[in-house]
Amino acid sequence: MATETHSEGGLVFHPLDQFIPKPLFGNGDVHWYTPSNLTLWLAILVLCVIGVFVLGSRGRGIIPSRIQSVGELMYGFVYKMIEDVTGKDAVKYFPYIMTMFVFVLFANYLALLPMSYSPTSMIAVTAVLGFGVFIAITVLGFVKHGAAFLGLFWMKDAPGFLRPIIAIIEVISYFVRPVSLSIRLAGNITAGHVVIKVFAGFAALTLASPAAILGITAIYGLEILVAGIQAYVFTILTCVYLKDALHPAH
Amino acid sequence: MATETHESAASACLDASGGAIGMPQLCADWIPHQIFWLLVALAATFFVMSRIALPRIAAVLAERSGTITNDLAAAEELKNKAAEAEAAYDKALVDARAQAQQIVAEAKAEIQAELDAELAKADEQIAAKTAESEAAIAEIREGAVKSVTDVAKATTKELVAAMGGTADAKTITAAVTARMKG
Repeated sequence: MATETHSEGGLVFHPLDQFIPKPLFGNGDVHWYTPSNLTLWLAILVLCVIGVFVLGSRGRGIIPSRIQSVGELMYGFVYKMIEDVTGKDAVKYFPYIMTMFVFVLFANYLALLPMSYSPTSMIAVTAVLGFGVFIAITVLGFVKHGAAFLGLFWMKDAPGFLRPIIAIIEVISYFVRPVSLSIRLAGNITAGHVVIKVFAGFAALTLASPAAILGITAIYGLEILVAGIQAYVFTILTCVYLKDALHPAH
Repeated sequence: MATETHESAASACLDASGGAIGMPQLCADWIPHQIFWLLVALAATFFVMSRIALPRIAAVLAERSGTITNDLAAAEELKNKAAEAEAAYDKALVDARAQAQQIVAEAKAEIQAELDAELAKADEQIAAKTAESEAAIAEIREGAVKSVTDVAKATTKELVAAMGGTADAKTITAAVTARMKG
């Protein structure tokens, strides 16, 4: 491939090439419908979800099997998070939040496999998730509370002259939410993968290779943390925003 | 070569050698592709989770907590039963002890009564024997005294005779009797 033609010239870094979608069949353009490596890894993700949550729990054991207890742990984790953060009345949104959590978590961890493709490093992907959450929550807020939902921006306990200023700040922060949500996730995952790739590029130098490999190992460990934490952060922020929609009064 | 194929498949975001120009994530050409497949995968995940996985896990968790509650209740019941059984056992033990003591006391009283009766009987017998023996001894003593008196009379008579005197029997008897009394 391209790297080989250049590699004789010394160090070459193409840390961003890993994010290029490549068609699975043939060499054509990547159209919106083309099955690409993104498609492949999303399919693997769905299969993993099926494996853990459907095949893992097919025994329906009172005493769970190992995989079943993994699924149950995630179920309990997200369920409790929604109950604690958003409140008991939000439990009916549990399947949506659980789907999002599982999707982001599995995407993050599958992306850590060598040669894999990471959907959550795509800003378009995380933006769809983030704006999806944002739009859904905003619509839900207006449907549940009508115009009273705007009370979210109007601080009643603030002094009168400050209220409009606070309202402007609140509105801005409200609209920044989906942006920060999606950029945080994509940025974290992209950065980790790029750093690993850069270290891998240094591994081509004989002298630097031990340090580079140590660096890859260290960053990989960090990325394992980041993958879980980002999925958690994404989910818990969704819960917090959902709480605003359900209980807009400050 | 890869270069040529990439050139023929040129996207606005790929350079001549197939490398990325800028961040591939930001390439507008690929965004519809990413969004489309994301929506497909999300829909599949949501379908699997909401239709199959989550109801099943919820059912399993509910069943488990139900089983645990039932088992705890059963354990509590068994514990109560065990406590009852222990109380009954203790009571039986106390009863048995009391009964045993009563039996022992009865047996003791019975034995005492028998013993007293036997003792009384034995005392009676001993008293009878003693009386009998006393009578025999008295008889023997009487006999002995009489013999001694006879011997004394005879001896006295012989002595008197040997000393050349004569004495009638009456006088000798009176003398001997007087002496014997002394």
